[in-house]
Amino acid sequence: MTTWPILSVVTFLPLVGALLIYLVRGDDEAAQRNARWIALWTTLITFAVSVILVLRFDPGQTDFQFVEKSNWLAAGISYHMGVDGISLPFVILTTALMPFCIMASWKSVKNRLREYMMAFLILETLMVGTFSALDLVLFYLFFEGGLIPMFLIIGVWGGPRRVYASFKFFLYTLLGSVLMLLAIMALYWNAGTTDIPTLMHTAVPRSLQTWAWLAFFASFAVKMPMWPVHTWLPDAHVEAPTAGSVILAAILLKMGGYGFLRFSLPMFPLASHDFAPLVWTLSAIAIIYTSLVALMQEDIKKLIAYSSVAHMGFVTMGIFAGTMQGVAGGVFQMISHGIVSGALFLCVGVVYDRMHTREIAAYGGLVNRMPVYALVFMVFTMANVGLPGTSGFVGEFMTLLGTFKVSIPTAFFATFGVILSAGYALWLYRKVVFGALTKPSLASIKDLTLREGVILFPLVALTILFGVYPKPILDMSAASVQQLVTNYNTAVTAVKAAALLQ
Amino acid sequence: MIENLGPQLWVVLPELLLALGAMALLMLGAFRGQGATGIVTGLAVALLIVVGILVLRQPVGQAFGGSFIADGYARFLKILAIIGSVATLVMSVEFLSSPDRRIFEYAILVLLSTLGMLVLISAGDLIALYLGLELMSLALYVVAASHRDNVKSTEAGLKYFVLGALSSGMLLYGASLIYGFTGTVNFAGIAAATKTGGVGVIFGLVFLFAGMCFKVSAVPFHMWTPDVYEGAPTPVTAFFASAPKVAALAVFARVALTAFPGITFQWQQIVVFVSIASMALGSFAAIGQTNIKRLMAYSSIGHMGFALVGLAAGTVEGAQGVLTYIAIYVAMTLGSFAVIMAIKRNGQSFEKISDFAGLSRTNPLLAFMFAMLLFSLAGVPPLAGFFAKWYVFVAAIKGGLFTLSVIGVLTSVVGAYYYLLIVKTMYFDEPLATVDPVRIELRTVLAISGIFNILFFAYPGPLVSAAAAAAKSLF
Repeated sequence: MTTWPILSVVTFLPLVGALLIYLVRGDDEAAQRNARWIALWTTLITFAVSVILVLRFDPGQTDFQFVEKSNWLAAGISYHMGVDGISLPFVILTTALMPFCIMASWKSVKNRLREYMMAFLILETLMVGTFSALDLVLFYLFFEGGLIPMFLIIGVWGGPRRVYASFKFFLYTLLGSVLMLLAIMALYWNAGTTDIPTLMHTAVPRSLQTWAWLAFFASFAVKMPMWPVHTWLPDAHVEAPTAGSVILAAILLKMGGYGFLRFSLPMFPLASHDFAPLVWTLSAIAIIYTSLVALMQEDIKKLIAYSSVAHMGFVTMGIFAGTMQGVAGGVFQMISHGIVSGALFLCVGVVYDRMHTREIAAYGGLVNRMPVYALVFMVFTMANVGLPGTSGFVGEFMTLLGTFKVSIPTAFFATFGVILSAGYALWLYRKVVFGALTKPSLASIKDLTLREGVILFPLVALTILFGVYPKPILDMSAASVQQLVTNYNTAVTAVKAAALLQ
Repeated sequence: MIENLGPQLWVVLPELLLALGAMALLMLGAFRGQGATGIVTGLAVALLIVVGILVLRQPVGQAFGGSFIADGYARFLKILAIIGSVATLVMSVEFLSSPDRRIFEYAILVLLSTLGMLVLISAGDLIALYLGLELMSLALYVVAASHRDNVKSTEAGLKYFVLGALSSGMLLYGASLIYGFTGTVNFAGIAAATKTGGVGVIFGLVFLFAGMCFKVSAVPFHMWTPDVYEGAPTPVTAFFASAPKVAALAVFARVALTAFPGITFQWQQIVVFVSIASMALGSFAAIGQTNIKRLMAYSSIGHMGFALVGLAAGTVEGAQGVLTYIAIYVAMTLGSFAVIMAIKRNGQSFEKISDFAGLSRTNPLLAFMFAMLLFSLAGVPPLAGFFAKWYVFVAAIKGGLFTLSVIGVLTSVVGAYYYLLIVKTMYFDEPLATVDPVRIELRTVLAISGIFNILFFAYPGPLVSAAAAAAKSLF
């Protein structure tokens, strides 16, 4: 059907944009304007091309689509790209959020703007590549390559403790990933290839499954992040510039969940089954513990960061439930969280640009001067709580439903998270938005500008749309999720049956 | 043997030409005086390029009763060593241009040292090994002290000489033990004689390996490295970090794989230990350094540890890993030293890491290239350094060396920390004064190394297949 390498175009188009920005000379106002517009147009065109993917995507098919393959490193290690129902939503999420990130940085970034835009565009290439790579080495390349631009984004354009945060982010993530690299090598020798579709159908010996699962888990659990290796996230979120936080929360965290879906479950089903109780326990702890921690925060971004960890707990719980509802809910929850948490960070950015503080105590009564902002912020707060009618509800509900089938205690404890999230999110909303506007510094604060409105309203629409009509995403991923769950359960039951026979 | 001397000389033609050329240039320098420094250096570069082309066309074969082996393995590494030498000579132009440092002998010494490397890489017996090693090292001792009026430089030369002599002694002792127990100095003969092992041979092996570990600056024989790297003039340090490492690693791998395949298990333990110790020391000791050249010294200790991971596997994949690693390492190192040499303000060189502060503002391209090289040295994909690590560790995993691999990748994370510190200094800190315009030769070296490093992932085929072919010729 396709005659041109559409997926590679989506992946590498931002890189071309970055090169164009590099060619822009000078640091004056005109050059900055050019850099901004090139970045915006690049991300918009990339998004437009990625929409073609959606239009031509056949949701009924379980195989990978838009496949491209050519020789690369050695026999068995090739440049292999393609998407299925699980990865396509993430590709779209990435390309769709990038224009918002560029727009969010329109005015707030003045220092070294060209480099900033280049870093974001390179990061987009690496993120899209991560989700569409069908070779483990290629995946690792994109997955780890993203560390470099993100390190610079946090470190150069970040807040006061940016150096500490950027180092912590980089080293934490690298430490997790190098072990995964060794596991990739072991898989390579086991199957003679690092081709992901082939590996999905290759039986991996039980002992290797256990070790490889642990190694992959080390990487994805840090990325996700799961309790207790989540501590890099609040620091990175708080110190990163607004757009950096958005990318971090909306997309980089999803790489962990995507990794579990793409590698851990299909390639190591037995180990996944063995370790599922561990993951459930960690998830339940994450949901309750980080929600409690979020209740104590004084910094808006930190609070949202902890709430992200809690929400990712639902995702890991759902994925390792290994049921149709759990896995589909996990995918949906990730997409929904990508939109909602990204939007929440954008909302924080709006007030931060005006006040240059993220302290909850510095705000209060914003509704009096910023009614539109108050409304928008409320929608996202409600979505964060998981109120029915917003996209946040669908994902949490489905993951809980899927988990109830296999582990009632986990689901029981995780449900507390729903209550606690209402606690911290509403508390935050009350402190920042409601009340009397008494602080003199807030007396002249202005409501959303047109640019900010353009950024936030589409996200409001999506949040509510997917809340009442989640079908588009669920349909897109249904066939792939179904196949994943079937294969997983077949593998697990086969081993159980074999054990019974003995 | 006399009858077929002709074909044998044909095999050693590049080495012969290099020796004769170096002599001729020495005469030229001796007659023209120090004013001829520029010409001699230029001719030396040209000579090396010609020798490089000849090496590419060198027929596969043996000479002098098997003591000189020209195979694919030797060709690959010789090209690499010559690239290192050429780049060093090119980068030394500025160092040699100041009136009090016009020494034409510098280029001659580099040529002779390169000749030593070529002999070393092709060595087929212990005599040729020792001959090549000493020719290489003696020239290096002198080059280290080539900044005669500088206390640090002369100290570096002296230190290197004394410790180098000690290591040569150990190597010779080991060689004589091996000769005593096997009755031959030829690698193939030793391989045949050591099929069954024997305590005496293993003693000899340990001493021989100690000598070679010294040359590749692997722990616990690394002590000279930081002092010599710091004391020697920067172009010389760049030389030490590139070409001699290639040659020493080449002979290390050749001896281990072709002379002692029968007792792989015994030497594997040594290499595993040395490798772990080098990676760990290279990573941890570099953290506290403030001088960039000392840091690069620890970095190179660490990198030799990583390269030895491939050797530890003792397989053809392992040899391929070593070759790929050293090739990429040379490219990264030469680029990094080009940057270090480029940090000059009003003609004054700076060697502190803090002197790089804010380089991304004052000289964005230079900072970007250096940052990419540093990320590559840390082994972060998609840069070349990642593929280097991929090939050595993939061999180690296949060989079942899991502990070594896990420790290796963990130390690489520790190593990433100090490379990040430099990136942080360049990108996150407030800028200092602008650096002088970068000289054309440094820019050329940096551009080639930087582009190779950044774009390697797009077209890795040629290097990977060349390394694979070269590794096969050993087995």
